[in-house]
Amino acid sequence: MENEASLVARLRSGDESAFRALIEMYHAMLVRVARMYVSSQAVAEEVAQETWLAVLEGIDRFEGRSSLKTWIFRILTNRAKTRGIREGRSLPFSSLEADEPAVEADRFHGDGHAWPGHWAAPPPGFPEERLLAAETREVIERAIEALPPTQRAVISLRDIEGWSAEDVCNALTLSETNQRVLLHRARSSVRAALEQYLAQV
Amino acid sequence: MANAYEELSCQELVELVTDYLEGALPSELHDRFERHIAHCSGCQAYLKQMRATIRATGTLTVDSLTPDAESTLLDAFRGWRQSAD
Repeated sequence: MENEASLVARLRSGDESAFRALIEMYHAMLVRVARMYVSSQAVAEEVAQETWLAVLEGIDRFEGRSSLKTWIFRILTNRAKTRGIREGRSLPFSSLEADEPAVEADRFHGDGHAWPGHWAAPPPGFPEERLLAAETREVIERAIEALPPTQRAVISLRDIEGWSAEDVCNALTLSETNQRVLLHRARSSVRAALEQYLAQV
Repeated sequence: MANAYEELSCQELVELVTDYLEGALPSELHDRFERHIAHCSGCQAYLKQMRATIRATGTLTVDSLTPDAESTLLDAFRGWRQSAD
């Protein structure tokens, strides 16, 4: 990837290809993150578009104290939060509500058993050749699509885009603990969907 | 949660897998995690599934920019550039 300083310099000088590169890299992800805070896809898209205008208006003041990526996502997060509050929504992390278990309780032995809490139905292996098949990827995509928007944003940034935990916490203004809780739930759901799908012959 | 001297159950271990992979378990719990998994083929299989899940998720891409969004954004960009001139 092009180095950030040169991208910023080109953007400041009004170079359209620099802007195009940035929107290709980040716009879809901005919409996905905005969706954590606002009520619909359409509003999320609007907030992401406003963010780009704010990026252009503010690029002369960007000092490089954070990475450009973090700076852009912080602008988005602030705007989406404000918009969500105006819509009367509560912040998505104010209630990290009761846990769904990572694995259904009936997969483990119950209290009456000699080994309570140990696998009754141990997990099978995933066949490698099916794991990376197009159809399997669709199963993963659908599982991610079905997650609550906060979990969807975190797993997308971490596991699809390959961001570090630190970058995700900074961009979404999440605590490390909440970031991990959300990632854990998201990955656990995707794993369960994969296991179910791959168990079919 | 089991006390410090008890072994973890499998049901407890699956809830710690993300913290384990993130290197976020306190050292005592980390040791108990590894002690359990060294002897438990079910949990070894679970950890393998989780790693495979992460790897497979990593092959996806977030939907690309739609042509509509792209043209709206490029229009906005040209408007900004003009007003800046």
